[in-house]
Amino acid sequence: MKAALEQIKQAALHAAETCADSKGLEELKVKYLGKKGELTAILKQMGKLSAEERPVIGALANQVRSQIEELLKQRGEELGRAAQNARLAAERIDVTVPGSPMPLGHKHPLSIVLDEVKEIFLGMGYDVADGPEVEYDYYNFEALNLPPDHPARDTQDTFYFTDKMLLRTQTSSVQIRVMEKQKPPIRIIAPGRVYRSDAIDATHSPLFHQIEGLVVDKGVTMADLKGTLEILAKRLYGEDCVVRFRPHHFPFTEPSAEMDMQCFNCHGEGCRLCKNEGWIELLGCGMVHPKVLSGCGIDPEEYSGFAFGIGLERLAMRRFGIQDLRLFYENDMRFLSQF
Amino acid sequence: MNLSMKWLSDYVELDVTPRQYADAMSMSGSKVEGYEIEGEEITKVVAGKILSVEPHPDADKLVVCQVEVGAEAPIQIVTGAKNVFPGAVVPVALDGSTLPGGVKIKKGKLRGQVSNGMMCSLSELNLTVHDFPNGIEDGIYLIEDPCQPGDDIHDVLGLNDVAVEFEITSNRPDCLSIIGLARETAATFSKPLKLHTPQVKGAGGDIAEYLSVEVQNPKLCMRYSAKAVKNVKIAPSPRWMRERLRACGVRPINNIVDITNYVMLEYGQPMHAFDLKYVEGGKITVRNAREGEHITTLDDVDRALSPEMLVIADAKKPVAVAGVMGGEFSGIMEDTQTVIFESACFGGASVRRTARKLGLRTESSGRYEKGLDPNNTYGALLRACELVELLGAGEVVDGLIDVNNASAERRQIPLEPAWINRFLGISLTEEEMAHILRRLDFQVEDGVVTVPTFRSDIEHKADVAEEVARLYGYNNIPTTQLSGAVQAILTSEQKYQRLIHRSLLALGLSEICTYSFISPSYYDRIALPAGSPLRDSLRIKNPLGEDTSVMRTTGVPSMLETLARNYNNRNEQAWLYEIAKSYHKQGEEELPLEAEKIVIGLYGSCDFYTLKGIVETLFRQLNLAEYDVEPCQDNPTYHPGRCAVLSFPEGVFGTLAEVHPQVLKTYGIDCKAYIAELDITAMMAHTLPERQYTPLPKFPATTRDLALVCDEELPILHIEKVIRGAVKQNLEKITLFDIYRGQQVGEGKKSVAYSITMRSPDKTLTDEEADAAVSRILKGLAPLGVTLRS
Repeated sequence: MKAALEQIKQAALHAAETCADSKGLEELKVKYLGKKGELTAILKQMGKLSAEERPVIGALANQVRSQIEELLKQRGEELGRAAQNARLAAERIDVTVPGSPMPLGHKHPLSIVLDEVKEIFLGMGYDVADGPEVEYDYYNFEALNLPPDHPARDTQDTFYFTDKMLLRTQTSSVQIRVMEKQKPPIRIIAPGRVYRSDAIDATHSPLFHQIEGLVVDKGVTMADLKGTLEILAKRLYGEDCVVRFRPHHFPFTEPSAEMDMQCFNCHGEGCRLCKNEGWIELLGCGMVHPKVLSGCGIDPEEYSGFAFGIGLERLAMRRFGIQDLRLFYENDMRFLSQF
Repeated sequence: MNLSMKWLSDYVELDVTPRQYADAMSMSGSKVEGYEIEGEEITKVVAGKILSVEPHPDADKLVVCQVEVGAEAPIQIVTGAKNVFPGAVVPVALDGSTLPGGVKIKKGKLRGQVSNGMMCSLSELNLTVHDFPNGIEDGIYLIEDPCQPGDDIHDVLGLNDVAVEFEITSNRPDCLSIIGLARETAATFSKPLKLHTPQVKGAGGDIAEYLSVEVQNPKLCMRYSAKAVKNVKIAPSPRWMRERLRACGVRPINNIVDITNYVMLEYGQPMHAFDLKYVEGGKITVRNAREGEHITTLDDVDRALSPEMLVIADAKKPVAVAGVMGGEFSGIMEDTQTVIFESACFGGASVRRTARKLGLRTESSGRYEKGLDPNNTYGALLRACELVELLGAGEVVDGLIDVNNASAERRQIPLEPAWINRFLGISLTEEEMAHILRRLDFQVEDGVVTVPTFRSDIEHKADVAEEVARLYGYNNIPTTQLSGAVQAILTSEQKYQRLIHRSLLALGLSEICTYSFISPSYYDRIALPAGSPLRDSLRIKNPLGEDTSVMRTTGVPSMLETLARNYNNRNEQAWLYEIAKSYHKQGEEELPLEAEKIVIGLYGSCDFYTLKGIVETLFRQLNLAEYDVEPCQDNPTYHPGRCAVLSFPEGVFGTLAEVHPQVLKTYGIDCKAYIAELDITAMMAHTLPERQYTPLPKFPATTRDLALVCDEELPILHIEKVIRGAVKQNLEKITLFDIYRGQQVGEGKKSVAYSITMRSPDKTLTDEEADAAVSRILKGLAPLGVTLRS
């Protein structure tokens, strides 16, 4: 019987090694190990053996069984790997082919930059305020220290509906609306559309966007104004951005200033990009005029504040290297999909 | 305002480069836009003396000249000019020289004869006969000023000034003058300002014999000063005056006119010169125009005057519109003998209104409307007379007319150093502030600042603070951070809009930005019915053009225009959206309602259900409450069979549709396009409360598939509503998985197949319960003519 067991073992091992697929392996399993298999047949004859022989042969039979089982399992895994490898080889694709296009919307470049500015100011504790685009003369001019016949009104060619109603020429109108409603401390920005009757060309549009800022509180100084806007410039244009403040005139701020950024191209030497000035104008700002404060019922002896106004288009043009402002309003997919 | 640096040097001595000057002035408050170094483009051009002029051997129209140019030997130049002769001194562009416009001159041969340069005309040096009245338009300029051959042409012709261009803000009319800018320059560079007091010798006589002046409206004419000049000799002005005018961008004309311009530039005071012989009655009255009066102004235009306008009139008629422009006969002619110089101060607002009403803005009106200093008229007038004598342009009659209604009071503002320091965030002493203010001609005494009369812009201590700040230097003010605790948050409206943006972008739509004003004809293009309230747009009184003349009441035309532009530019697909404001009239003088709507526009690979899917997904994201959908067949903008309106119980809040082919045609779009317009305010009002977690189901769901047959016309939504009502709270999901039309269901019918998922939160539904629900559904559907498909 020993010899028979050995023979079965050799035959099974040989068959397993030469078996080429999992189906064949399954058949071998039945043939050798199944209920009607060869090994079982041998074991059925165990009864004929002597009491001394029986445990020896039993142990041997079990050993043979487990050897065959082990081998079949190994062979099965081998075959499985081979089959998987073959399938994977057959499934090879060209991974350099471009991916399937997924729909992806593009935020308008003006919104991208506006959201960035909003984020900066939200982080500094500024709420985002809003005001009407069709405005009363009072809010757009008079309350901002621009009485009728003020010569500075000419610099902002205004669209009128009636003598008293117009399209706001500046988001500064929101300053007044906020101060009328809210008592200090006030920290807001007010982005929005403004309108001036400029013919459309590469750098002018009758409609454009401004971002107004207003801070009113006790003890607000011009030094605070400078510090705040310097942070804005650095957040927008990087830590090495250099700014300067230059005197200017706005009827509703006093002192008034314009903030220039040193030309990133020539670093102040003067080049074609900055029209040889070495500096590029970024925004207008100033300390809120005491007349404006008192007009809104805020005591200028107790409170002071600063305000600023940024042109969003100009910011976005500089940011993305866009030369022609009209592109913002044409909304050509070839333009929009670049952002 | 252009400033001649040569002229400036009469008042301030400076030793800085133009660049340094420009930077320093910009930083102290007088913004320099740029500067032009006169004759900068001209190099290697010298004075040359012509020694001989010989005919060209091979060309009739050319001559060969030997010219002495200060070199070892004369050079030979060939020219076609007719006006050259031996002995003439001319500008010579040498070999290797450059001329304005980047022209380079090289030696060469003209018909075989060597030419070592070029003799120049005025225009080749970018000059005109106005600058050099002795020159001619089309010939070589013959130099009359003393010079040596070889002298640089810049020195010979006085092309060595620098013109600095300033941007003067409207609050500083005093800086629209050489003296004003000189004062700023002196303060900026801490140099003394050398003011000059005009000296007039006078030639006897008395102005009263020539003229009397009456000011009837002292409110609008604060001061009127006049002097007379007799025996006027009209001639060109001298070169120095012409050069300075030229540098300031003013064209020289003749001595009298040039003097008025020169004084206007120097003092900032507009001057007017009348020819006395046209002042009838020898009397000038400053009065309001009479009803129906007309004047023909110097520019030869007849203008109707109205009673609020101030005029300068003689005994019979207006001879000038005060502060704006003179009348046709008030100009100076060749035969003018006696001139009246007017130097007056008119009210800024009145001049501004008059100029605007007449549509006539002049240099003079532009200055007056900013508010001039009444104290300036007298000095300017004397300066004009001084120049008359200096130029020998006439004899100044003794005596002066000076009607002065201006208040002599000076504005005084307390100097509050502590407040200024606190306001600016600096720490200067009172003396340091006083020192700065005195540099600008303010008087500071006993803590009180007295404002000079030419600074009408200084009214408040904040204005004083600005003067201190700008000369101290804005960039010397420290930079600090705001103190105090703050908190900021977006409003619920802002968060709602942010979610809309994010959702639509995620759904593959790109954001657009369009104008809020449109042409009223755009309503025709979208086939809006004639009586539609949407046609009642707010109209701009003074639009740029028809295309931007009314405020839109809907964002649809802008979207269609954008789709059309993309289509024309051959973009295969455009899926776009805009959160667009529309403007709706309320009352006459009431501000319009500014409504915000989502406008979606699609073309390319999409259909109606793409649009609807986008909108439904957006609504899901926004957690929108239940709404109704109805077909809409009578919106002429849209396909009558492919338009849905969305409504809440209060009314319609949105439209989804395929655009009507006729409308697409007017936009030149040759494919299907889809539009949705959704009212954000209404949507926000119908947003469900914030989502709450529902426990995950513990019990299995039961599903029943139903194939139903109904009339083709029956909207699917009606079936769904019945299903919802019949299954009630156990309904988890209804999925429409097929719509079939064809022979098997018969003509005019459709088959719709639903999978209905039911689940109870607290038990497993039995088959009986599920079947009962199905029977309730079928019972409910029967009245709609919906049957189970056999």
